[in-house]
Amino acid sequence: MSNAASTTEPGQRPDWLAHGVLALGVLLFVLPIWVVLMGATHDAATIGRGEVPLLPGGEGPANFAALFAGGRVGRMLGNSLLMALAVAFGKIAISILSAYAVVFFRFPGRTLAFWAIFLTLMLPVEVRIFPTFKVVSDLGLVNTHAGLIIPLIASATATLLFRQFFLTIPDEYVEAAKMDGAGPLRFFCDIVLPLSRTNIAALFVILFVYGWNQYLWPLLVATGEEVETLVIGMVKMIGSEANTEWNQVMAACVLALLPPVAVVLLMQRWFVKGLTETEK
Amino acid sequence: MATLSLAGIEKSFGATRVLHGVDLDVAEGEMIVIVGASGCGKSTLLRIVAGLESPSAGRVRIDQRDVTALEPAERDIAMVFQNYALYPHMSVRENMAYGLKIRGFARAEIERRVAEAAALLELAPLLDRRPRQLSGGQRQRVAMGRAIVREPKLFLFDEPLSNLDAKLRVQMRAELRRLQRRLGVTSLFVTHDQVEAMTLGDRLLVMHQGHAAQLATPMDIFERPADTYVASFIGSPAMNFLAGRLTAGGAAVALAAGPVLRFADGPRPGAEGMPLTLGIRPEHLVPAAEGLALALDLVEPLGSESVLHGRLANGEALAVRLPGRPPAVDRLTLALPPATLQVFVAETGRRLDPSPA
Repeated sequence: MSNAASTTEPGQRPDWLAHGVLALGVLLFVLPIWVVLMGATHDAATIGRGEVPLLPGGEGPANFAALFAGGRVGRMLGNSLLMALAVAFGKIAISILSAYAVVFFRFPGRTLAFWAIFLTLMLPVEVRIFPTFKVVSDLGLVNTHAGLIIPLIASATATLLFRQFFLTIPDEYVEAAKMDGAGPLRFFCDIVLPLSRTNIAALFVILFVYGWNQYLWPLLVATGEEVETLVIGMVKMIGSEANTEWNQVMAACVLALLPPVAVVLLMQRWFVKGLTETEK
Repeated sequence: MATLSLAGIEKSFGATRVLHGVDLDVAEGEMIVIVGASGCGKSTLLRIVAGLESPSAGRVRIDQRDVTALEPAERDIAMVFQNYALYPHMSVRENMAYGLKIRGFARAEIERRVAEAAALLELAPLLDRRPRQLSGGQRQRVAMGRAIVREPKLFLFDEPLSNLDAKLRVQMRAELRRLQRRLGVTSLFVTHDQVEAMTLGDRLLVMHQGHAAQLATPMDIFERPADTYVASFIGSPAMNFLAGRLTAGGAAVALAAGPVLRFADGPRPGAEGMPLTLGIRPEHLVPAAEGLALALDLVEPLGSESVLHGRLANGEALAVRLPGRPPAVDRLTLALPPATLQVFVAETGRRLDPSPA
């Protein structure tokens, strides 16, 4: 790079400018996370004084121990995990099946079905939140796990993505499978699912994070402690400005960060594999 | 081994008719090559036999059993696809075994058949590889293997050699023919390549715009094409066509280019002056002291032979194939040996044979 910089021609931007911009960007992204991490290692008084510590303190283990005492945070973590996993798997299951039907079967109203599914993409939970809440409350599902999860599953966000992928599966596979005697279900299990592996992995990452970060819907439906998620619990911890234990909020925040990071890191290998190694 | 019989197969896609009633009877163990330009309906015909398309009219019978309404899996046939359609996530072994597994064969039997086919096709060392780790020729063999292990009544080939490079194609062509002979399985082979058609088929079905233009042995088709389309499609370079008129009471033809030629094999029926199309293959033209004067405009040396293209005095194009080096001239005088002439009616393009004595 120093070589390139020394041979910089007039009118060309110098390298240090690009690096400077990049460093600034990194700093902007990293700083809040750093503040959270550091805040979780100090006692309540430090943050209470209005300091924003940028160096690690010695109270980290104690903060996390205090957070887990009473089991409430453990349950919130469990609820969040359950919700994120159920939403991710539920959405993938529904989307892949509906995309399979739309792409590989010819039935009356096929295009209509696809467009109906496609239109729901434009209606996120926030837009249809009142009717959805009405339905959920009429079904008596308020403050239940089912009420928390099902309305978020019931949108075929990933259908379009699976459809586009299925359209790239050559017709010959379908025909070869027909000649081999595979019925629709076998074709789905033996050919389509294995071929979609990497797509499923990528979608899982996106949907897990989507489910984990849900805020508005759990805020409405999870009225009791039994079903509240970590994100909601964290907000509830910030009661009033005066008696908020900021160090604990920071620690909860670290907890809330970890699973999405873990999922992204773990699935990244699959993700990259899926992008680099085309099996067609 | 089985017989195949197609009766009056028609197919329309919406308002477009792609097959206009095709009949075909295939004997046990016979290899029929369906050949034609793209869009002639040859692939559609094959897919109808496979059961991947259903005909608009007509019946498909395998071993006298009407299978027209049956699913592909119930017809007991195997198909080799143009791009092989090997399942990318399965090993060679799994690819070959998949059809048997679905049909509920015992594990030992599946293994025996796969091992047998692998030995036959020299695939044994590759059984645990994935398709993408194989070369084109190897994939081609796996596709064959997948068809063979099924021990079907019928093999269907949908241009299986067209994705291979030229050298490999020639090699696989010979291999495929030997294999088919050895297994004795009744086969349909679709191709647009006339060399493949000539070398592979016991009989050829030349298709033209959804019709069966001619069904005969390769040499019959080459020597006695049924119409000008077949005549121009089979043979390379393509047959020359010259305009002429029936003359001398049907015993001769007066070429538009000048000469009057007597038919070697007897007079043709028809009115005096009826327009004819005369066909002569480039290799049958011989340089002579007198005859048609050809002004050369293109010379293609091919090593063992040369193809010369030129125009006659009246503007008609003519190609000549001569052995050896191309002559260093720009004009040639050519004679048309009467015995090699093909006579067609100009209006219909149909072959015009001598009237029976």
